[in-house]
Amino acid sequence: MCLGIPGRITQTTDVAGVLMGTVDFGGVSRDVCLAYVPQACVGDYVIVHVGFAISLVDEAEAQRTLEILRAMGDALQQELSPEDAPQPISPDRTPA
Amino acid sequence: MNTVDPTLGACPVPLVESEKVMLGHGSGGQLSAELLRDVLVPALGAAASTGVPEDAAVIDVDGVDLVLSTDSFVVSPLFFPGGDIGALAVHGTVNDLAMMGAMPVALAVTYVIEEGFPIADLRRVTASVGAAAAAAGVPVVTGDTKVVGRGAADGIFVTTTGIGRRLPQAHISAAFARPGDVVLLSGPIGAHGTTVLSTRESLGFETEIASDTRALHRLVAAMLADAGPDIHVMRDPTRGGVASALNEIATASQVGIEIDEQAIPVPPTVAAACELLGLDPLHVANEGCLVAITAPDTADALLATMRSLPEALSAVRLGVVVNEHPGRVLMNTLMGGTRIVDMLVGEQLPRIC
Amino acid sequence: MKYLDEYRDPALARHLFDQIHAVTSQPWALMEVCGGQTHTLVRQGIDELLPAGVRMIHGPGCPVCVTPLELIDKALAITQREDVIFTSYGDMLRVPGSTTDLLALRARGADVRVVYSPLDAVRIAVERPDREIVFFAVGFETTAPANAMAVLRAHQLGLPNFSMLVSHVLVPPAMTAILDAPDCQVQAFLAAGHVCAVMGWTEYEPIASRYHVPIVVTGFEPLDLLEGILMAVRQLEAGRAEVENQYARAVRRSGNTEAQDAIRRVFRIGDRTWRGIGIIPASGLTLTEEFSHYDAEQRFAVADLTAREHPACIAGDILKGTRLPTDCTAYGTLCTPRTPLGAPMVSTEGTCAAFYTAGRQPYPVPAIPVRSS
Repeated sequence: MCLGIPGRITQTTDVAGVLMGTVDFGGVSRDVCLAYVPQACVGDYVIVHVGFAISLVDEAEAQRTLEILRAMGDALQQELSPEDAPQPISPDRTPA
Repeated sequence: MNTVDPTLGACPVPLVESEKVMLGHGSGGQLSAELLRDVLVPALGAAASTGVPEDAAVIDVDGVDLVLSTDSFVVSPLFFPGGDIGALAVHGTVNDLAMMGAMPVALAVTYVIEEGFPIADLRRVTASVGAAAAAAGVPVVTGDTKVVGRGAADGIFVTTTGIGRRLPQAHISAAFARPGDVVLLSGPIGAHGTTVLSTRESLGFETEIASDTRALHRLVAAMLADAGPDIHVMRDPTRGGVASALNEIATASQVGIEIDEQAIPVPPTVAAACELLGLDPLHVANEGCLVAITAPDTADALLATMRSLPEALSAVRLGVVVNEHPGRVLMNTLMGGTRIVDMLVGEQLPRIC
Repeated sequence: MKYLDEYRDPALARHLFDQIHAVTSQPWALMEVCGGQTHTLVRQGIDELLPAGVRMIHGPGCPVCVTPLELIDKALAITQREDVIFTSYGDMLRVPGSTTDLLALRARGADVRVVYSPLDAVRIAVERPDREIVFFAVGFETTAPANAMAVLRAHQLGLPNFSMLVSHVLVPPAMTAILDAPDCQVQAFLAAGHVCAVMGWTEYEPIASRYHVPIVVTGFEPLDLLEGILMAVRQLEAGRAEVENQYARAVRRSGNTEAQDAIRRVFRIGDRTWRGIGIIPASGLTLTEEFSHYDAEQRFAVADLTAREHPACIAGDILKGTRLPTDCTAYGTLCTPRTPLGAPMVSTEGTCAAFYTAGRQPYPVPAIPVRSS
């Protein structure tokens, strides 16, 4: 019961005192109620569930998660097989 | 805990709506197959079905293989980005003939029109039929028009019947797929079905997606000229999508099919619409692409031929035919797992929640 | 799609699988609460790729599945009235009641309409003052703010012809009910990300400490689930029992306060029957006094209905996670998405449907017999 899709706000408007907007989901747009994200602006990403934005996407956090995952791959490489981990080509450096 | 009525235990038959035709019976999935098997074929006799579901019928007339196909078009809305019911009606039947390896020769078009239907719309649909037929080089040679009372039809229903001549190199049937064969797909999937669903105003979506409706007979002719009898099966995955088409072939040929999720070409906006509506792109109707199952040795050359033609610029290799799990289609998922790809069950309802 | 596709990267998934394998030293059983999470796990085959010791128990996170049979029957009774336009999310249409379902009623001429948003149902009420528009308000806390807004909008417009059939359920009471069960095997939870986007995670802190279970607020894409599982397993291996947030890009500890305010104004907490499980105290939402005239159950006095479940259906055990669909004698034979006996086979988020469409054994014979030509 959680089909929440991230989309980008392309415009906002007031309809009878309620903040509404248009959200673009990768080429598909729909009117969305923004009443629950009053701080949202055009250009922000929101999570939309049944026509309502329920959360503002924290883009910095999103990046951080991906970076951690990418770094994980390198770290794991070293942890599991240190002799295979990329080493600088230098005769002075002893392998980890 | 809900009370279970102890006297209920007797009848094991689950709840099934079997007295009335449901929308799902027309959607091209399991329900459609059941309607055909249980209601239609028994009454029409052996000539109505060889037992293998094909897109068109082959009739030998004095040594010439004629191919005959008919289809009704009831799409709503009538006009949508990329096409309309008129273009759909022409392309649909031209393609059904082509899928049996035939060169379409002529079309018949019939209308059932609801009283009150705007003449301007009738002109628009007919202009579309004419343009599509001319572009395909397949003339409309006869037809019929009926008008029914208000409410007795949804605007306009169009039926097209087409006749063609089977090309000599064609040796095609849903039952001819063999282990080792390669599954090719001529282009991106999901555009038509998501366009139509998105355009329905009650769901409120606006998209840049357009239907992929197009005639495929020239592509087929080029493919047959290139690979001839190495092409074992051809099918245009309309209602029920690629999943249903592959399942029908797997069952008819009694083989297994394995496809790679990574290879499935879904345009980004179609993918987005499917996410929002909760649709599986493999179940969405297409009107401008085909699946071909071909012998492995000539597959790469055939793919190159396809990619040289406008109708199949982004043709891909989707998977292979195998000995294992006959009748079933398996998919290697993005994550490295596997799952079965099933036929569409009934009407495709937007999954919202 | 941005903020979606990146979390489906197969290469990053492999890193996560490797990490999970590396940290797992003993068997663990985790439960993911939300049906959307179950859907992803099963359809991508993720649960089958985890280390043999890490078992995913699929929780009752499908509000469609847990809507009480009596309520479905009430919905069906209301739908059959001539003056009613019955509106609903798509998933509810095939859920079997005691004798029929909404889709079958539509085939017989009832006005049943699928809507994307509850505001669409309000719009229909404005357009059709001659009819009674009833909306089936099913969902977890994620959907409650939307359903609340529909009531507030109807109220603002003074609509006399709009009402809701409310079947809202809450996650934390369900979790404690599962943990209290004597046969409970769940050692950690992946909490539902979008429920927490609305409610925050403060309600889960006392649960984590009282029952000593790690709870990780998790998203819905493959990488989210894998990261959530990794975080949970790490806690289990270290003997910790805290609430952590994997879904940081969408969830904050306090949640969405505007949404919570709207929920509190329109709804109050009450006891709720969960189909297949029974009554869980304080686990559901009903309309407050101020908005009680929008309650379709009161507006349409539906006579006492005798709800009868199919005897072969083990939905209750499936929803509690104590049995799998493949344990059920009817699975794949009597009970398929085409002919469902219970809700978990109908809803696309239901565990049984997820299993069936992914082809988990036992698999039925093909539906169409092939005649030799």
